[in-house]
Amino acid sequence: MSAVTSSALRPLLSPALMATLKGLGILAAIALAIVLLVHSGAMPKGSIGHKVLAAPFIDMWDLPDLLVQTLWEGLVAGVLYALIALGFVLIFKASGVFNFAQGIMVVFSALTLVGSYEIMTQRMGLPPGTVVAILALMIAIATMFVLAWLVERIVLRPLVNQNEIIMLMATVGLTYFLIGFGEYIFGGNPKVMITAQLGLPVGQTQFNILGGRVNIQHLDVAAAVIASIMIAGLAFFFQYTRIGRALRAVADSHKAALSVGISLNQIWVIVWFTAGVVALVTGIMWGARSDVSFALEIIALKALPVLILGGFTSVPGAIVGGLIIGIGEKMGEGYWGPLFGGGIETWLAYVIALGFLLFRPQGLFGEKIIERI
Amino acid sequence: MFYRETGQFKTNYTDDMAIFPIRQDRIGIAIILAIALILPFVVSEFVLKTILLPFLALSVAVIGLNILTGYTGLISLGSAGFMGVGAYACYKLTTIFPEVNIIIWIFASGFFAAAVGVFFGLPSLRIKGLYLAVATLAAQFFLQWAFVRIPWLFNYNPSGAIEVPLRTLFGMPITGPTAELEVKYLICLGFVIGMTWLASNLVHGRIGRSWMAVRDMDIAAELMGIKLLNAKLLAFAVSSFFCGVSGALFVFLYLGGAEAGTEFAIRLSFLILFAVIIGGTGSMIGSFFGTAFIVALPTILKFGAPAIGIAITGATAEKIVLMIIGALTIYLLIVEPHGLARLWQIMKQKLRVWPFPY
Amino acid sequence: MMLHVSPTAATTGIAKGEVLLNVENVSLRFGGVKAISDVSFDIVKGEVRAIIGPNGAGKTSMLNCINGFYFPQEGHITYKGVRRQKVRPHEAASSGIARTFQNVALFKGMTTLDNIMTGRTLKMNVGLFWQLLRHGPAMREEIEHRRKVEDIIDFLEIQAIRKIPVGKLPYGLQKRVELGRALAMEPELLLLDEPMAGMNLEEKEDMCRFILDVNQTFGTTIALIEHDMGVVMDLSDRVVVLEYGRKIADGTPDVVKADQKVIDAYLGVAH
Repeated sequence: MSAVTSSALRPLLSPALMATLKGLGILAAIALAIVLLVHSGAMPKGSIGHKVLAAPFIDMWDLPDLLVQTLWEGLVAGVLYALIALGFVLIFKASGVFNFAQGIMVVFSALTLVGSYEIMTQRMGLPPGTVVAILALMIAIATMFVLAWLVERIVLRPLVNQNEIIMLMATVGLTYFLIGFGEYIFGGNPKVMITAQLGLPVGQTQFNILGGRVNIQHLDVAAAVIASIMIAGLAFFFQYTRIGRALRAVADSHKAALSVGISLNQIWVIVWFTAGVVALVTGIMWGARSDVSFALEIIALKALPVLILGGFTSVPGAIVGGLIIGIGEKMGEGYWGPLFGGGIETWLAYVIALGFLLFRPQGLFGEKIIERI
Repeated sequence: MFYRETGQFKTNYTDDMAIFPIRQDRIGIAIILAIALILPFVVSEFVLKTILLPFLALSVAVIGLNILTGYTGLISLGSAGFMGVGAYACYKLTTIFPEVNIIIWIFASGFFAAAVGVFFGLPSLRIKGLYLAVATLAAQFFLQWAFVRIPWLFNYNPSGAIEVPLRTLFGMPITGPTAELEVKYLICLGFVIGMTWLASNLVHGRIGRSWMAVRDMDIAAELMGIKLLNAKLLAFAVSSFFCGVSGALFVFLYLGGAEAGTEFAIRLSFLILFAVIIGGTGSMIGSFFGTAFIVALPTILKFGAPAIGIAITGATAEKIVLMIIGALTIYLLIVEPHGLARLWQIMKQKLRVWPFPY
Repeated sequence: MMLHVSPTAATTGIAKGEVLLNVENVSLRFGGVKAISDVSFDIVKGEVRAIIGPNGAGKTSMLNCINGFYFPQEGHITYKGVRRQKVRPHEAASSGIARTFQNVALFKGMTTLDNIMTGRTLKMNVGLFWQLLRHGPAMREEIEHRRKVEDIIDFLEIQAIRKIPVGKLPYGLQKRVELGRALAMEPELLLLDEPMAGMNLEEKEDMCRFILDVNQTFGTTIALIEHDMGVVMDLSDRVVVLEYGRKIADGTPDVVKADQKVIDAYLGVAH
């Protein structure tokens, strides 16, 4: 491509697209290099280079059904990571707080849901079923509202304008408090999510494709659909409603927003409540796949690399980042994990995120930062 | 009345640049050191074991993180991982070369932690602030994984744990199950005093100034001729060195054995960061306040509440302790975001002008 | 005045009156925005060179190019006879370029003394080992540089605020400390970005005195951005005028003052 056409093309291709194309080009070059290396015999079977660079891809090619299964599982995990990251992003945009407690809010909201359902059916003698489940859901939503209100009153308002690290520590304090409080009220035992009672589909379907079988849990499909609807809803809410506009104003500048009469306190309650609802949805989905207990906290930490990848303030970043991390992690664990003795899921996500950052320090969707002095 | 600097004239720059320029402060430090020396022989074994030993071991890590976070402005959530590196390095060193004294190995293990710290500090050149904090979690999780998955590190012990062997100094056991608590305490104290002295020297000189310059305004620091990469990596190295020594002390003199998955988990990283913030960023004395707070508070809540007649069972106590720690964290941050060290300063200032209000 | 600080003594082969820094056809873009286009001028050893122009003319960007904070896409900057490619800020600092900022860029958590001591960083070289002990060579070096810093403190008349964190100082004093920090680097070329912005008359007079003193006593070359025309015309030997990133005039204050383009740029043109 000559210099003239490339500069003429530049306005057509956004910088992000250019970067993606460049990345794809590099990937293609690497793939070609590997193929050449294997074919030329420079990497014999069984050598470390072959094991790391070639064997996993040969496996993928030979067993496409396993590949599809892995990709699907990665996708579902990615959607859920994206949801947790979304909660972080909402709060960080509106109040500049890196809410470490988001992960605990996921567990806490799910626990409230299951706990209040248990209390109503077992101690109060209400008949188990959808009605009580919906009632429990409403209680959980109300609890998240009260939590948002209390957080704004007790934590955010006195700490307004403090250093970001102090806000982070305050949310760590909130995390400890919620763990203690949740276990005190609902007990520390793992609970089973009331999936069927909430009307969510259970069971699975098997597809016979590519010469093998692929299992798809109905719940995972529901999770992906619900997450998509919720993200679309939030996007609409922030783009087209009065409160959404106010929220974007607050995200840009607290002071300017205050000066045009936007109530910061009100916005914060709304945002924390929204993040709480997102947490509740995430909690239901995760809880349905495993038990509801504070062990889920670890999963919430997995959403953090999604944030460095996608940026703390970008909603699309959270979604794309979530998918990249989810799929990358499952692929890495499945195909490369055995080389390391397994269990690399705990840190692989961070390595993927850091690898991206080396090439794009501003994150996936961030603007290139021009420092001024 | 008694805390006045009137009449103390400094006639040369050495006096003016002393770390404790006021005579009363020097006397105060001497008294504190004297008390610290007598303490193990007067307090009960319980206090020695559950409060004083972990306090000393952890305070080194807190000073280390304070160098990174408080002085250089880089937030790290991987301190527990670096402590683990120190502990495992010390374990490997003393089992491979048992003839070398353990005290040398505890110190040397810091170098291994420093090397690992520099490696994980590399992203700090490109990413800043909370992004860096999240990135350092990579170190935490990777190291934790390595401690569990690499059996060579714990000498293929089937339980996956390390057990501290018996080591002596002048024929007296200082590590292992037979060592006296008082001896362990004094060894720890020696390390704490030495390391604090080194850290304090460092932050008061050229290197400390360049760290603070990077913290306050990195662009201007670069225009002063400070190389950001060098300054940041040195901060990571020194900080991790301290964490490593602290980890070795923590396992060899306090715990007596450890399983990495549980001891050097992310919660400890947060606890150390918390001690730095509560104590006061960029303050040596604050590091001690902060450590005292995180070590003493859970113990006091757990064992102190029943003592004054509030009957709570063990399991409930755990939960309530968590709630109180959480609530107290938030409360302290609201009351004094600059930490206990700032309260200490205000108190000294009040004392200086007492009995007048200002 | 007896000062131990002697910025230009024998550090360079460039004599007074020769070209110290030469800017040739420099252009700087941010994406599609041209901040500087095709600007050339030179700075002669020992002079006070003013860069003036309306807001957004590219004056600060020009300084940023000179001390390596931005890399111009086109053109060259020759410093001390060496044509530079992509100089990093710390390299510019070690080659003798110091700088103050439009919005004070001090280290807010550090005391006045520490701030100015930071300016000595490049001149200090005792290693980590002695730094850890803070004895012997480290202490000797510290005292030697403290002495020089105290001279600067005396020169700028800021003795009383020596041990106060600069974040607590009023704006005028902060500007003075910042000048002190730049002086502590013993620069050959001192870039001052609006050193008198936001000052009252008295503070401005003080600052003018300091700038002239620095220039005349040490022979330090000074490049100065300033909006106060009275100050510029009084202080500077030569003035370069920028508008919308282009050079519109260059010469002695009297020549520039009479230039029609400059008058238009500042007063507007009748349409």
